[in-house]
Amino acid sequence: MFGEQHDTRWFAAGGVFVLFAVVIGISIGPAGPDWWRVPLELVNRLPLIDFETGVSDADWAIVWKVRMPRVVLGGLVGGMLSIAGASYQGVFRNPLVDPYLLGSAAGAGLGATIALTIGRDATSTWPIDPVPTIAFIFALATVMVTYTVGAAFGGSRSGVTLVLAGVAVVSFTSAMQTFILQRNVEVIREVFRWILGSLSRADWGDVWLVIPYVAVSTVVLLLHRRHLDVFRVGDEEAATLGVSVARTRLVIVIAATFGTAAVVSVSGLIGFVGLVVPHIVRMVAGAGYRRVLPLSLMGGAGFLILADVPGRMIARPAETPIGVVTAFIGAPFFLYLLRTRRIGA
Amino acid sequence: MSTLTLVDVGVKYSRRAASALTGHSDTVVSGEWLGLIGPNGAGKSSLLKAIVGLVGHTGEILMDGVALSSMSDRERAGRVAYVSQDPLIPDDMTAREYALLGRTPYIGYFGSPSRRDRMIVDDVLERLRLGEFAHRMMGKLSGGERQRIVLARALAQQAPILLLDEPTSALDIGYQQQALELVAELRQTQQLTVISALHDLTLAGTYTDRLTMLHHGAVVVSGSAEDVLTAERLGEIYHVCVTVEHDEGQVIVVPRRGFPA
Repeated sequence: MFGEQHDTRWFAAGGVFVLFAVVIGISIGPAGPDWWRVPLELVNRLPLIDFETGVSDADWAIVWKVRMPRVVLGGLVGGMLSIAGASYQGVFRNPLVDPYLLGSAAGAGLGATIALTIGRDATSTWPIDPVPTIAFIFALATVMVTYTVGAAFGGSRSGVTLVLAGVAVVSFTSAMQTFILQRNVEVIREVFRWILGSLSRADWGDVWLVIPYVAVSTVVLLLHRRHLDVFRVGDEEAATLGVSVARTRLVIVIAATFGTAAVVSVSGLIGFVGLVVPHIVRMVAGAGYRRVLPLSLMGGAGFLILADVPGRMIARPAETPIGVVTAFIGAPFFLYLLRTRRIGA
Repeated sequence: MSTLTLVDVGVKYSRRAASALTGHSDTVVSGEWLGLIGPNGAGKSSLLKAIVGLVGHTGEILMDGVALSSMSDRERAGRVAYVSQDPLIPDDMTAREYALLGRTPYIGYFGSPSRRDRMIVDDVLERLRLGEFAHRMMGKLSGGERQRIVLARALAQQAPILLLDEPTSALDIGYQQQALELVAELRQTQQLTVISALHDLTLAGTYTDRLTMLHHGAVVVSGSAEDVLTAERLGEIYHVCVTVEHDEGQVIVVPRRGFPA
């Protein structure tokens, strides 16, 4: 659309998209002020501007204390999953890969199941919320097992062995989770709700919890986008071009995994975003990682913020799981793009 | 400036596998074009991969007296460029972006290509008469054009040693000749040392300074095309029935009907 040399325009477009999503995200909800008053109030709060918008302090509290953390967390989760997905796809040269590939989702699911099985009562005196913490630790541990096994069997050269090791470790972990669930049927409902993913309980605490991981992970991934472009010619040729393939891949996988594990532990398993947003970006803006990585971050953030809006409105006051919404909106849009543009592998 | 010395080089892919290459010693002097010939599985690719560090090896590979194995990946990439037999080429990458990957060894870990890197790439594309393709997608180019872009990438690497693994096997006879003429010209102007594995024996003899024939991972003979390409030897090594003709200093290998004696 903007040609090869116009990265800045693309990034500006991405920024505008995120901003648009944030304004929509904090304006619409089941309670609070009329939706069109919120943008007005935002303008009103700019310096040197003062007029009457009809938004009371109580209304503003809903916008700022309930919707804003949810929007920010949605942005962090969506952006993180998308940039991690794009990086995984690049590092394994496999378009079907998502950030849960090496087991972060399965591990987090097992961890959350164990935490919920121990029970809210038993852990109510703990200083930290055990569900995200244990989910996070299990996510990292599972990916570590996958990587160790994959590297030991396949030599660090082979990305394929790693992917297959991931498949095996994920089924093993899921089997353990199923076994625990089957012996503790009373938590199935709660576990299932967690697995479907939700931003509805988001508060500023969750935001502060994940921000450091997301920030570090994102910066590391963005710094490696040129390496991901070199990976596109294959491990062997990347090596002849002076890239230390195994080490660089490990750094990228670790960065993507840390960020993914952190967001999964607060939001549950939100599917589809990490797989499809990078592809949408490729189709629209081209396949070079120099552009795909920042645009996936922004596109994923905006996409998840927007996807969260119908989630709170469709069946209000009940919540529709965001994973359901992402697939509902995302899949047809993806198919539309697939029809109109050629897909880049 | 870039003499390559091989001392007793061996390659083994796994402990139980037979050696792909055994005890290979040779010196390729600066500016020489060495052709590697031999039947499939003779060890040509293994030798090239050992030099560029893609497979481990025993013995020593020295460039101007310095062991390549003692260099970092980046240092080595600045000295040896490699074009694989079957390069993986992303369809949705422009020719210029692809050629720019050749500058990778000169870009800092967190850096990005400089104006100078882009100038070098544009210059190489221009010299190979590929300027018109610079902004076309690789997937939209013909096999011959892609092959030339791959070569452009290797040249943008500005390494004094160029390794080519069957660079022309996918090309028709016209493009084969163009590609080899190009290498010959560049070798002259850039003072490159070239080592290439080649299938076509006549072309191999015509373009290179010296041929080394490998068989079962060992050298059969090394020398001028006239010495190496004899009908008896080709019959014995390739199990093929050929006659060898000589025409104005060119050695021509002609396949004949029948089974070798």
